[in-house]
Amino acid sequence: MDVTINHVRKEFARFPALNDVSLEIKSGELIALLGPSGSGKTTLLRLIAGLDQPTEGQIFFGEEDASHRTVQERNVGFVFQHYALFRHMTAGDNIGFGLKVRPAAIRPPKAEIRRRVGELLDMVQLSGLEKRYPNQLSGGQRQRVALARAMAIEPRILLLDEPFGALDAKVRKELRRWLREFHDRTGHTTVFVTHDQEEALELADRVVVMSQGKIEQVGSADDVYDRPGSPFVFSFIGESSQLPVRVAPGGNVLFNGRPIGIAERQEGDAMLFFRPQDVALTQETDALFGKVTACRRLAGTRIAEIDIANGGKAHHVEIEVPLDAAVTLGADLRFRPTRWTLFAGSKAE
Amino acid sequence: MTLAATSRWRWKQPSIIPGFGLTLGFSLAYLSLIILIPLAGLVWRTASIGWAQFFAVLTDERTLAALYISFGTALIAALINAVFGVLIAWILVRYEFPGRRLIDAMVDLPFALPTAVAGIALASLYAPKGWIGAIFMPFDIRIAFTPIGIIVALIFIGLPFVVRTVQPVMEEIDREVEEAAATLGASRFQTIFTVLLPGLAPAVLTGFALAFARGVGEYGSVVFIAGNIPYVSEIAPLLIVIRLEEFNYAGATAVATIMLAISFAMLLVINLIQAWSRKRYGYV
Repeated sequence: MDVTINHVRKEFARFPALNDVSLEIKSGELIALLGPSGSGKTTLLRLIAGLDQPTEGQIFFGEEDASHRTVQERNVGFVFQHYALFRHMTAGDNIGFGLKVRPAAIRPPKAEIRRRVGELLDMVQLSGLEKRYPNQLSGGQRQRVALARAMAIEPRILLLDEPFGALDAKVRKELRRWLREFHDRTGHTTVFVTHDQEEALELADRVVVMSQGKIEQVGSADDVYDRPGSPFVFSFIGESSQLPVRVAPGGNVLFNGRPIGIAERQEGDAMLFFRPQDVALTQETDALFGKVTACRRLAGTRIAEIDIANGGKAHHVEIEVPLDAAVTLGADLRFRPTRWTLFAGSKAE
Repeated sequence: MTLAATSRWRWKQPSIIPGFGLTLGFSLAYLSLIILIPLAGLVWRTASIGWAQFFAVLTDERTLAALYISFGTALIAALINAVFGVLIAWILVRYEFPGRRLIDAMVDLPFALPTAVAGIALASLYAPKGWIGAIFMPFDIRIAFTPIGIIVALIFIGLPFVVRTVQPVMEEIDREVEEAAATLGASRFQTIFTVLLPGLAPAVLTGFALAFARGVGEYGSVVFIAGNIPYVSEIAPLLIVIRLEEFNYAGATAVATIMLAISFAMLLVINLIQAWSRKRYGYV
């Protein structure tokens, strides 16, 4: 089921939670809504589900305008962060709930419901636990019951709100891989909300990066990591450093009035963004340099923290240095970015 | 070594909170003075009259009628309270409206009001010539001075127990649970009756038990409205007082012991249901 979000705005008590958001979700896609808290990602998910109504704009399910359909009519599967299981019902009854509450005309017979519940339990690998109450299940098992319950109604689209947020790291990793397989097998259009970029980049076909009620960038994991579309995306996804620079006529990039050995086309003030691993140490004088304040080992690499003086104040940057390079605390280190992005006219974040 | 340490039965689990001995000692002494010793005295006194006489009191028709009325009216009143108490709790928890706090405070009135005052007020209202009683007279329904009057008084007395037990549990219901039910296609009605109310059942049961226990023992308000006609509207606590006034202490304690036994059995059953619920669902 294609989902089209068309210029949606949402205000809570005059406070805008979403501001003119448009997004197209293709059938069968696995989409991550990624952003810091307060970026509006959960609001967007709830609007798609129909748990909240947009202040302005429409949401289309396929060709059909679903904006004013009730939650019940939209037929979406929604998985909540804290599972929201019915604790007085067994796992089996939880999963069968969506079928049991259907109007008599389209309600499957009891035996059919039981068969479907059994199938879904197999699918989420919980066979044999249908008689357990939520209280008697682990967090990961509860989340899978919640997922099976959402899938039972054969939803047109599956929505997950921070599905792994309440689980510990190991279970989280397992469930993440499991969800990917699950999606590949069932082919449901799936949207999930997360603030964990690793989760979003690993799992999703496309990542929607959100900030302050707006969509900053939509793209594959490679797009948002290697070709960030805005200063926010660059600093939010992965590690990065930023420096205020100016591009002189002729294309030389100047920092603190001095050339640093890289060139750009567009003249004027700009912010220089680069990732710790995209630098090279150099002996040339036209390079960035600063005092090493700390040096730490990080798995297979070494990270040097450097204070770069700029007039009265210092900019703190982190770069990767080869394990065999001589780095002395307190000494100057010279380096040049090998890959970078310049955002013209933007201020430091 | 570790095995021995863990497998040995301990009277008290080690705890960093001090004062276990002191507080337990105080609690036991206090409960003994206030509850256990008086009740033991009651049973002791009853035991002294012998089985034959005890059996005679037990099978006496007036005793049976009084017990039947006491437990029957308390049961009906507690059931009615369970329904409307939940409704009132729902309104207080779920809606914001002018006067909500006033209603919230009003629920506690039966706790605070002297029961005799309540009894007199209810009796005059529901008497055949009273405001409400007069409305029912044309239909030949008499409320005051019949078991219906007793039920009215017990509803009044028991209401806060249900409301105050259910209210906090209702406040804790996760909005997400209702939203989950809605996304699964459940109508509002289905959500309330298949998701919310069953989840509240343990709390409602507790409130019901409290209201019921209070109703069985209620004396002050009932004697004014009941009419106290033997075999018709005479409650067991009143029968005890009558026996005492006749200096028939053995008869009084016998009735009291029977009441104690029945009440204890019923509260035990309710507690067992709650223990089962806690074990199964992880909450009460």
